[in-house]
Amino acid sequence: MAEREITYVAAIAEGATTILNEQDSAFIAGEDVAGAGGVFGSYRGLLDEFGPGRIVDTPISEEGIVGLGVGAAATGLRPVIDIMFMDFMGECMDEIANQMAKMRYMFGGAAKLPITVVTMSGAGMNMAAQHSQSLEAWLCHLPGLKVVTPATPYDAKGLLIAASRDDNPVFVVMNKLSLRTSGPVPEEAYTVPIGQAKVVREGEDLTIVTYSRMVREALTAAETFAKEGIDAEVIDLRSLQPLDIDTVLASVRKTGRAVVVHEAVRFAGLGGEIAAQIQEQAFDDLDAPVARVGAPFSPVPFSSVLEQTYLPNAEKIVAEAKHVIGL
Amino acid sequence: MNQPSDDVLRDMHRRMVRIRVFETEAGRMAEAGKIPGALHLYVGEEAVAAGVMVHLSDDDWITSTHRGHGHLIAKGGEFDRMFAELYGRATGYCRGKGGSMHISNMELGMLGANGIVGAGPPIAVGAAFSTKFRNTDRVAVSFFGDGASNEGSFHEAANMAALYKLPAVFVCENNGYGEYTPQKNHQAIKDVADRAAGYGMPGVVVDGMDAVAVYEAAGAAIERARAGDGPTLLECKTYRFFDHVGVRGMGLSYRTDEELQEWQKRDPIHMFEAQLAQLGVLSKDAAAAVYDAVSADVKAGIEFAETSPLPDPATLLDDVYA
Ligand SMILES: Cc1ncc(C[n+]2csc(CCOP(=O)(O)OP(=O)(O)O)c2C)c(N)n1
Ligand SMILES: [Mg+2]
Repeated sequence: MAEREITYVAAIAEGATTILNEQDSAFIAGEDVAGAGGVFGSYRGLLDEFGPGRIVDTPISEEGIVGLGVGAAATGLRPVIDIMFMDFMGECMDEIANQMAKMRYMFGGAAKLPITVVTMSGAGMNMAAQHSQSLEAWLCHLPGLKVVTPATPYDAKGLLIAASRDDNPVFVVMNKLSLRTSGPVPEEAYTVPIGQAKVVREGEDLTIVTYSRMVREALTAAETFAKEGIDAEVIDLRSLQPLDIDTVLASVRKTGRAVVVHEAVRFAGLGGEIAAQIQEQAFDDLDAPVARVGAPFSPVPFSSVLEQTYLPNAEKIVAEAKHVIGL
Repeated sequence: MNQPSDDVLRDMHRRMVRIRVFETEAGRMAEAGKIPGALHLYVGEEAVAAGVMVHLSDDDWITSTHRGHGHLIAKGGEFDRMFAELYGRATGYCRGKGGSMHISNMELGMLGANGIVGAGPPIAVGAAFSTKFRNTDRVAVSFFGDGASNEGSFHEAANMAALYKLPAVFVCENNGYGEYTPQKNHQAIKDVADRAAGYGMPGVVVDGMDAVAVYEAAGAAIERARAGDGPTLLECKTYRFFDHVGVRGMGLSYRTDEELQEWQKRDPIHMFEAQLAQLGVLSKDAAAAVYDAVSADVKAGIEFAETSPLPDPATLLDDVYA
């Protein structure tokens, strides 16, 4: 496959283009996705290529937009719904939690909801409390939904296409601070399988389990450890629901030590679930309790000094992991 | 009815100039990289905030929007603490935790700019419920955009305010766009005020570039609310002279230069100044003196912000709970 370096945001656009090309019943709807090409540039050029019937600007009506996706999916279309910022899930949570996630089950399997929701998470841009959250735990708590969290341009395109080909509701939680990062991406259509984690760095002494932007912080932490002669393995979960716990367990059985890292608030975050599953299934292989790194229990503050204090980073991962290693 | 006195006219003018100069400088500081995050500036829409707020006291409540600086300034916001907040300093109105999109001041009755479009109207309904519950004659005014008028939250709020005959005023700042989407592409009506009939309240359309027109219409709506006769939906037709975010924004071509220039010919401050000069209420010199004083205030505000301490990282977890 022909591969070149493109940005994360360009990879989203390629994924979106692929979807509209390969699926006649697919359409994209959201606020400013068509005329403006998305406020992050995720859909630039698509209006010219596909016209306003396939890429639809909506009013600022999140509940309406998601409901439109649910109704269209249930009746045979394959909607891609854009919710600009993940924080705005607050406006449409009933359509997500009580309709989209449950319709198939409540109907005894009679309905199929091949809907993809694209949204943007993460802090670090002084966007303050209502435009910076990482709320993936809300979604992972809802049976019926799938949730993926691309960390790289490759995964952004591959997971987006995989989501659209899936016959279930899939949330593709992109990350704002990753938009301008670059990486190798094939020109062709491809998928990254939903539910498959990836070992992005191999190591023997410690397993760092993470996803989304924190993968880069974990890799930096691993470099710091390497200088001290500690060999850390880094796992990018890529998919949170379904969760590839087998890849995590295989690693922990090898290293005997694990730290789970996410940008989301630590309390009741995914880290708790993953740590619990590790100790349930690999207790005898553990040399230390599973540690967790996440944001403190506060809204995301505006001011840079507070926001940087708030955010998990490589330094905090190293500090926490040192307890696990017994340093 | 509701003829503004000369003092009120000068007061409105001063509020408008304060907004204009503050916002222009804030935009400049943002583009210079001194103010982080997203700034949604109010330049072009000053007559709305001034014409409404001049009727309110600190005990009346307002809810604002992401484009909230103008509302706070017109409600009495001080430049030093406002700039300090935009700069993320400990001395800001929100101690650096809110920034532009959440700037607020409870003492001034300002229940916050808001990062969530359409979040304000239900909160204003709650404030109106509160003032009625406590038997005061205070009102709650909710500012929101044409785009926000498509959120379910607005419709629920409007219905409840009318149902309970609450002392609320819904001020729609119709600037013709929700972000980069023109009104004709986001709703099938031209006048948001048409919706008022569906809730059982009066709907009024007013020229939002005309400070006196806003003053008169807002005065009637607020008087009605204070008298216990229920809410009004007041739609002010206006235009933002800067981009959706910042001054030049993302450089998208979603509106024409001609359209902008047409609206700029009806600059609310210039039109008002011409009117005031003609009435003999404000001479050219007097107007210039207002700008001088306001500019000095802005300069002092920026200096205050730039010399203010950053928040102590130890305050991160303060105020999550009472
Ligand atoms: C619930 C929600 N949806 C979307 C957004 C993104 N957004 C911010 S401002 C804006 C446009 C608002 O338009 P309007 O209400 O007309 O206000 P204006 O910006 O024109 O003053 C949008 C869509 C948001 N902040 N909150
Ligand atoms: Mg608008």
